[in-house]
Amino acid sequence: MLLFSCPNCGPRNETEFHYGGQAHVAYPDQPGELSDREWAEYLFYRQNTKGLFAERWVHSTGCRKWFNMIRDTVSYDIQAVYRMGEQPPEGLTAPPAAQAKSQPLAPAEANPTNTSEGV
Amino acid sequence: MVKTAFNTEVAALRQSPAQHLWADFSAGSVEGERGVGLREVPFQGMVGIRVDPLSEAGERIGALTGGLPASCGTVASGPAGVSTLWLGPDEFLTVTPDAGGQDGFVAGLVAALGDGAGQVIDLSSNRTTFELAGPSAREVLEKSCAADLHPRAFASGTAITTEVGKIPVLLWKTGPETFRLLPRASFADYLGRWLLDGMREFATAGSPAWH
Ligand SMILES: [Zn+2]
Repeated sequence: MLLFSCPNCGPRNETEFHYGGQAHVAYPDQPGELSDREWAEYLFYRQNTKGLFAERWVHSTGCRKWFNMIRDTVSYDIQAVYRMGEQPPEGLTAPPAAQAKSQPLAPAEANPTNTSEGV
Repeated sequence: MVKTAFNTEVAALRQSPAQHLWADFSAGSVEGERGVGLREVPFQGMVGIRVDPLSEAGERIGALTGGLPASCGTVASGPAGVSTLWLGPDEFLTVTPDAGGQDGFVAGLVAALGDGAGQVIDLSSNRTTFELAGPSAREVLEKSCAADLHPRAFASGTAITTEVGKIPVLLWKTGPETFRLLPRASFADYLGRWLLDGMREFATAGSPAWH
């Protein structure tokens, strides 16, 4: 049995929680100015980290509140739990936004000549 | 605002969600030093409250309920057998002894909320109440509840939202050996039979059978 420590309720069985994906994905400042590609990347593109990862969880069958967790995706070791709106404890993980910027874009962007649009 | 007076004729026709199991509960209950009993406590009144407890509306509501509990596990006691369970930082469930007699109380809570942010909703038929009591009650629960039920972690007079037998319940410890479980009504049959099965090993030879 894996115990998660809800910031409101304390240690509870993992089955009481549901996963909410990568944490700290900022909502775009000017969503109206995003291209379709940028919007799709905001909505769907996420890190696939091997190791420490900042992610969101909700205590579905408990207090029904969301919180953040730093979890090792290999060992399931939980390094930190902190509330929504708070930043991860220093040294545990790089901000995902900084990681995202260094990632290459999707193949279509990398090969702009290879397009079937309008054909 | 005030609804019609409680109709005794309607009250007599009410069927609680686990009423069909009452005979089995009584046959499956065990006396003695390893005993454990199960019964349904039907038709409790329940009011769902969502409000910031520190807001003015929260304080007005708290004045009627005997305060709003401030943290996980705590239960506030008010007048006339009213208890308020903590469900979340801004979510509470007020339990009254009789769903049929709480119209005025609910109207008072609605008025206390006023135009404050939040909600007050009569949820009496959302859940039913089981009472599992006796020296073996905790042992029966521990078969299928992962929360720490040891008295050092779960004291009398506290309540948590958790899972028992894979379904969500409110688990309220009302005495040293007495637990109240509040499942949603549609889970009453499942949870009733599940608890009966968990109680079976404590029965002595010759105990009446339930089915
Ligand atoms: Zn919680």
